[in-house]
Amino acid sequence: MKKLLNDPADVVVEALAGMAAAHPDRLDVDLEHKLVLRAGGPVQGKVALVSGGGSGHEPMHGGYVGTGMLHAACCGEVFTSPVPDQILAATQAVDGGAGVLHIVKNYTGDIMNFEMAAEMAAEGGGAQVASVVTDDDVAVQDSAYTTGRRGVGVTVLLEKIVGAAAEEGRSLEECLALAQKVNGQGRSMGMALTSCTVPAAGKPTFELGEDEMELGIGIHGEAGRARVPLAPAREIAEDLLGPVVADLGLARGESVIAMVNGMGGTPLLELYLMYNEVHRILAAAGVTVARNLVGNYITSLEMAGCSVTLLRADDELVRLWDAPVDTPGLRWGV
Amino acid sequence: MTVADVSQFRAWIADTSAMLTEQAEHLTDLDRAIGDGDHGTNMARGFAACAALPDADGEGIDAYLKKVGMTLVSQVGGASGPLYGTFFLRFAAPLAGATSVGPTEVAQALRAGVDGVVARGKAEVGDKTMYDALAPAVRAFDGAASGGADLAGCLEAAAVAAAGGRDSTEPLVARKGRASYLGERSAGHLDPGATSATMLLESAARSLG
Repeated sequence: MKKLLNDPADVVVEALAGMAAAHPDRLDVDLEHKLVLRAGGPVQGKVALVSGGGSGHEPMHGGYVGTGMLHAACCGEVFTSPVPDQILAATQAVDGGAGVLHIVKNYTGDIMNFEMAAEMAAEGGGAQVASVVTDDDVAVQDSAYTTGRRGVGVTVLLEKIVGAAAEEGRSLEECLALAQKVNGQGRSMGMALTSCTVPAAGKPTFELGEDEMELGIGIHGEAGRARVPLAPAREIAEDLLGPVVADLGLARGESVIAMVNGMGGTPLLELYLMYNEVHRILAAAGVTVARNLVGNYITSLEMAGCSVTLLRADDELVRLWDAPVDTPGLRWGV
Repeated sequence: MTVADVSQFRAWIADTSAMLTEQAEHLTDLDRAIGDGDHGTNMARGFAACAALPDADGEGIDAYLKKVGMTLVSQVGGASGPLYGTFFLRFAAPLAGATSVGPTEVAQALRAGVDGVVARGKAEVGDKTMYDALAPAVRAFDGAASGGADLAGCLEAAAVAAAGGRDSTEPLVARKGRASYLGERSAGHLDPGATSATMLLESAARSLG
């Protein structure tokens, strides 16, 4: 393993200390609870958004804390969900009296830890908590008998859009309904060219041959649905977009917010090349890209590969998308 | 021996911690195959924190095990933290006020703990989870207890049954947890959670009986 590290056990805390040093004007970092909070304390009278998950997906979630997006991010160990104490501490720290929305990706550990934290918050009689679970990964077969689909790329779009709504002063119920709407009309699929190495494990999560790729990966370095021969980018774009478009039931004349996301180890050169393919396929299908995002937004350490997320757009979502946002990871309109 | 007191429950946790530390790489390798490769390190870290809990004078078994549960919830993370934490929190409840316990009390506690795991994780037998080791263990414990076995005998039966349940997970296609994302590809691997749950019960057979 070759990584920029001091001790693998300290990687999360030392990275958080770096975020605190880099953004003292915007962020308060609680190193004890491993929380990234907006500077300046709770925003009175507005709904607060708390997200979180394992570390290793940067800039998600800590990089999305700031005006127009999250109020707090709870950082777990690498690829390990945060624990209830952290989530409870974040919930209490950001509650401005209008309630707290937990944004949870559909992973067993994340669900259970956020659930326990919400139970603890309710027992304590503190903040009113609502939760939205994202589950946009079409690579996973959905079934009532299984864990269901993973929450991946749509989480980034949801945090931006619902963050804008909270900033406008919408109620907790309205923010929850909007969050459910965004999740309901967003889908993603990802692929990997290489594995990644969890610092504490020291070796790659899986081995992938020079001429192979994994199709249908999540964001934790886990293997995907199928290992297939490496193909040209235009075919990979078809493989990723096909299931997404079909599952959304996108029709000619509709418009989307599209994200081509890097998994951490893919150059922007290749991501723009992929975006070109995505744009071409959507244009041929008569689907307009209303807004787009190309870059590393929800990553899997140094994994090479990409994911594509499409969110069926309407005027409301585009307006909220365009609203000002000022975070280390997303910044416009300010 | 037919009864156990708090010092033996402490020994159980210490033995489990030692075993998880020794087997951390094995568990992580299993998890790398069908999960995300962190089960060994997370479990070893959580149980090491439990083993390091200070010895409180006159502490009851239930108070001690509740602390173990809370420590696991706050230290392990992932799904294992809430699941193992809930196991110990629920295991402790029927033992309230007890200073020494025998097969009858441990049977109640074990059932309560495993019921807690099911309530939290919503798993069924055959989903390829820790419950595949725990469910036969509870049945074997109860069977041995109703046959008149002492605590050591009951725990031994539970540990053997857990190991059988663990081995039964190898051909299964996972329906819960991160391994479920692999679909058919999850078959052919032991479940890491069923493996660590078996270690917990094997350790109980060594320490409590």
